Amino acid sequence: MNDNIIEIRHVSKSFGGQQVLFDISLTIQRGEFLTLLGPSGCGKTTLLRLLSGFEKPESGEIFIDGKNMAQVPANQRHVNTVFQSYALFPHMTVLENVAFGLRCQKIPTEEIIPRVMNILATVRLEKFADRKPESLSGGQQQRVAIARALVNRPLVLLLDEPMSALDYRLRKNMQIELKALQRKLGITFICVTHDQEEALAMSDRVAIMEHGEVMQVGTPREVYEEPSNITVAEFVGEANFLKTKILEASAESLHVEIEGKALRLTNRRHITQDQKVVTLVRPEDLKVWSINEVTNTEIITMYQATVEEVVYKGSTVDLIVRLNSGTKLLASEFFDEDDENLEYKIGETVWVEWYPGWEVVLPELPEELQE
Amino acid sequence: MHKDNVFKYLTINSVYLWLILFSICPLTLVVICSFLQHTPDQLFVWKFTLANYKTLLTPIYLKVFWRSLQLAFWVTVLCLIIGYPFAYFLTQLPSKIKGLMALFVIIPFWTSSLLRSYAIITIIQAHGLLNTFLIKIGVIDQPLQLLYTNTAVIIGLVYNLLPFVVLPLFSNMEKLDRRLIDAARDLGANGPTTFLRIILPLTKSGIYSAIMLTFLPAMTLFYIPDLLGGAKSLLLGNVIQTQFLSAENWPLGSALSLTLTVVMSLLLWFYFRSTPRSEREAL
Repeated sequence: MNDNIIEIRHVSKSFGGQQVLFDISLTIQRGEFLTLLGPSGCGKTTLLRLLSGFEKPESGEIFIDGKNMAQVPANQRHVNTVFQSYALFPHMTVLENVAFGLRCQKIPTEEIIPRVMNILATVRLEKFADRKPESLSGGQQQRVAIARALVNRPLVLLLDEPMSALDYRLRKNMQIELKALQRKLGITFICVTHDQEEALAMSDRVAIMEHGEVMQVGTPREVYEEPSNITVAEFVGEANFLKTKILEASAESLHVEIEGKALRLTNRRHITQDQKVVTLVRPEDLKVWSINEVTNTEIITMYQATVEEVVYKGSTVDLIVRLNSGTKLLASEFFDEDDENLEYKIGETVWVEWYPGWEVVLPELPEELQE
Repeated sequence: MHKDNVFKYLTINSVYLWLILFSICPLTLVVICSFLQHTPDQLFVWKFTLANYKTLLTPIYLKVFWRSLQLAFWVTVLCLIIGYPFAYFLTQLPSKIKGLMALFVIIPFWTSSLLRSYAIITIIQAHGLLNTFLIKIGVIDQPLQLLYTNTAVIIGLVYNLLPFVVLPLFSNMEKLDRRLIDAARDLGANGPTTFLRIILPLTKSGIYSAIMLTFLPAMTLFYIPDLLGGAKSLLLGNVIQTQFLSAENWPLGSALSLTLTVVMSLLLWFYFRSTPRSEREAL
């Protein structure tokens, strides 16, 4: 048995002369939770619609469970979708909505009812079976949409921006619930979102898309900590980019000048001498010290800077600082036993450092597709 | 301050004035008239009677009523069969052309319906456009006898009433969420199932509006049966017209009109009962 439930091979698609997907190849494993993450217009929804069968690829092939989907229409694929604003049938009750798919499969009624009630119990909506969708809250409607798709026991569940209509708190809860549901049922989930926090929280793997291409596929930790290029680094989380010049590059080590200071780093990404690069440091990896806290200013990753803005966020204090070289940085400082009072004044001179090794040297131009 | 109140009072109550003047008064007159006696030399006599309604129950009038209902039924069905797919086709057009196409549906109605009925005569008469064309291309040898038949009446009525089907259905279908059709397909529904279980139920209120806008006029557009059906096609509208204008039997005419109004009210009642408030179309 093939471990890949979906194989997308060199798929391209355009609408009205405008190409929206460029030679996409992606494999999705059985039982994984994969998120297509990208800004609006990056082609992620189109890719989802190719999987559900609402659109046909111009070139390339899509295999679901080992079968080529080229000639299989949407209503014959073992794939179900949770639509963006749920698309519940307004003239049907919750029960009828959920039963719709089973009825289309001509399953006998005495079998349909227990299956529907069972899945409604899973999403805690069994009391609402006879209600019309319009009388339910947004969160309940979403659970109906999930139940309506899952009752058909699809090979893959597609979710198109499932959280976009929910408020912040409900969204957080549903992220956890959705992940738990996926783990319990073992069904492959493919979710489309533009919310990087959501993608990182729910997924086993994240595929980051931009301009119709897949930039990087990896675990949430990989894409956050080891982004393959600037686009990915910018899209997933906050990012600081430091001006970097390569002085010397060998197979193992990099001799670079970062914001005017020479540093020796290990060459983890096969950077070559003539490449243009930047150095990525995440705001939470930056440490800010008051002038009088620092005794050893010889530390190589220590830079002098001026505080330009202080933003109190509750659990952190965000500082915008400007290096003497002119580069602006964002630093998130946590309250902990070392730093109980994070008090900085605008205009104050500070020292900024990061832990050597937490920086990522990235090529300036986006690399070609990673996979 | 005081003047403002007077103005407000007058504005709000002018609605009632309109209703009383143009709806309640005439209706009351018709109701009263329908219970009055008729003599050959007077329009009506001030004596109460149920005779008019008893006349309506005689076989000859029942037959007219039944025939009118049948004809109106078929006209409505034909209008829906032609108008429903057409309205759906309109909604599928790019939004730039859509408005223009809807305008094309309305434009013929800037010409008097009477004139257009005469135009139909020239098309379907024995040596008219239709027969000439059909004989030319060799489909028929003999001209079809269409004019002065029920078919001609149905053609005329369907042609005249089609926009009243297309426009409410079009506005109803415009509101249909395309994603619901996607959702149905996604859940495994084929074309017919999607149509019968999603599209049709969700355009139900549009269909009801269309039925109401065609069914009653089909029974009462008296000049179309007059022109196209000849003397053979005696329908309810013609009978009412004859009673008022030729026979000068106003009480019987009133009784006929009132019966028709009751039928219409029943239709409306049925519509309001079967359609939730949120789905109702403004009529």
